[in-house]
Amino acid sequence: MEFLTDPIKVIYDWLMSVLSGWGWADWVSALVINLLAIVVFILIVMVLDIILVWVERKVVARFQDRLGPNRVGPFGLFQPFPDIIKLILKEDITPEGADRVPFNLAPILSLASVLFLWAVVPLSSRIYGVDLNVALLYLVAAGSIGTLSIILAGWSSNNKYALMGAYRMVSNMISYEIPMVIALLIPTVIVGSMSLKAITEAQFTNGGVWFVLISPLGALIFLIAAIAELGRSPFDLHEGESEIVSGYHIEYSGMKFGLFYAGELLHAFTFGGFIAVLFFGGWHGPWAEQYPLLGVFYFVIKAMIGYWVIMWVKYTVPRIRIDHMLAFNWKFLTPLAFVLLMVTALTHRILLDAPTWLYVAGMFLSNVVLVWLTVELMRAQARRKRQSLPVIAAVEH
Amino acid sequence: MTAEQIIFFLTAALILVSALMVVTTRNLVHAALWLIATLFGGAVLFATLDAAFLAVVQVVVYIGAIAIMFIFVVMLTRRDLLAKASQTNAGWPWAALVAIGTLAGLVFLSGQMPNAGAQKAALVGDPLVALSTALVSPDAYVLAFEVASIMLLAALVGAVYIANRK
Repeated sequence: MEFLTDPIKVIYDWLMSVLSGWGWADWVSALVINLLAIVVFILIVMVLDIILVWVERKVVARFQDRLGPNRVGPFGLFQPFPDIIKLILKEDITPEGADRVPFNLAPILSLASVLFLWAVVPLSSRIYGVDLNVALLYLVAAGSIGTLSIILAGWSSNNKYALMGAYRMVSNMISYEIPMVIALLIPTVIVGSMSLKAITEAQFTNGGVWFVLISPLGALIFLIAAIAELGRSPFDLHEGESEIVSGYHIEYSGMKFGLFYAGELLHAFTFGGFIAVLFFGGWHGPWAEQYPLLGVFYFVIKAMIGYWVIMWVKYTVPRIRIDHMLAFNWKFLTPLAFVLLMVTALTHRILLDAPTWLYVAGMFLSNVVLVWLTVELMRAQARRKRQSLPVIAAVEH
Repeated sequence: MTAEQIIFFLTAALILVSALMVVTTRNLVHAALWLIATLFGGAVLFATLDAAFLAVVQVVVYIGAIAIMFIFVVMLTRRDLLAKASQTNAGWPWAALVAIGTLAGLVFLSGQMPNAGAQKAALVGDPLVALSTALVSPDAYVLAFEVASIMLLAALVGAVYIANRK
């Protein structure tokens, strides 16, 4: 029964007794077990990544009114395996003028920047890599390694389309990092900690509720910034197929392209997980505290829902123009995020000692009022713009 | 040798080698990449000293912003410009002399420090909380913090003014 309540500790103790039985010193066996745990965890995440290929292809097919993969295995479930075999068998091409070391380093860094994130994700009450007290900043830091990998890929390919794609992607990621950091500050302000474990636990202990009820606007801003950070449609300017072919990974073939592709899919799923942790209670659910494996199940379900929303946006919304993208970020999303942070901090401070229902209602209402004011402001601006237009447009009708 | 010392020596070697490569490599983009390796080594050192916040901020600010800006700027320069030019000028013996003198002085000074070779003190409480309260408490660093904020604000306003001038 103990395995159900604390599986990691049971496995750890069992391995420890086995290795001690072989006459290994305690610190050696602890080191080996920890390294083993890291490798196994990364393997599980990568296998999940393989399944994500099937999920993505199946979901996009449904959005586009097709069937999707349905030949290999039940519901086409084994389709990713032929895909991977194909990728491995393809010729591994390095272009003539490429800068060899950065060219090969870029796909590795791209996937690694996503795998880094899984070190801090709390999968369950007792199943997590590390409880870092700067986990949210760590998320941003891993994102900057991802930016670096893209600029490396674009530059070292020695291809103008790759470089243009990298420039667009980096400008995208650097600009949308700002609203994302501010959206990350909102749970931090409410909880008073940047640890993801503390943020998860604050959403159901001491009368806490899921933060999406306390800060729905913050959740929305985080979702938009996450989609931009992922470079998915409508922010997929870096791979505008009709203008710059496929952007920064145009020169990559075979498994190197596969690493970029796997990294992108896993990144989207990981951000689904972060949305779940920050705003939807993480692994919280019925009986999740007693049975951590159930918590993992809830977490994956919630992350999948977040991932599904990101896919939903990707396959429904057309690509936006680059000036619109930058204007939307700097003139709308960033100021809105700053105002939201101030409003959240102020309301949180005022209602700190109020009963839970009043606190939640107050926070929710402050968000609603802010959205209403924003919409009114935009409507007034649109009206002014319409009135300043030349009259010809009106005469024609 | 403890595990911590092994990590320290490996990181120190990484920092020194990559710092040397920054100034000796002829390809400017490679120099920027070696600089990133140096900065990353700095982040690792911060992490081993229990300063997780500084380690992460080092990556966010230096690698995520400053190094990326370096790479952008370097990419806009002409690559063939530096292939043949000499990497040193006539004053290099003097510079080497000053550098060696500074190194000797630093080694001498660090030997004189009263707590040289001491173990690092055990942590009391959450270092992140201690740092953040120190930044806003009047008997610690609030003045420096606010002055830095005002300086950044002035830079921001100046940038907007320059960009806005028709």
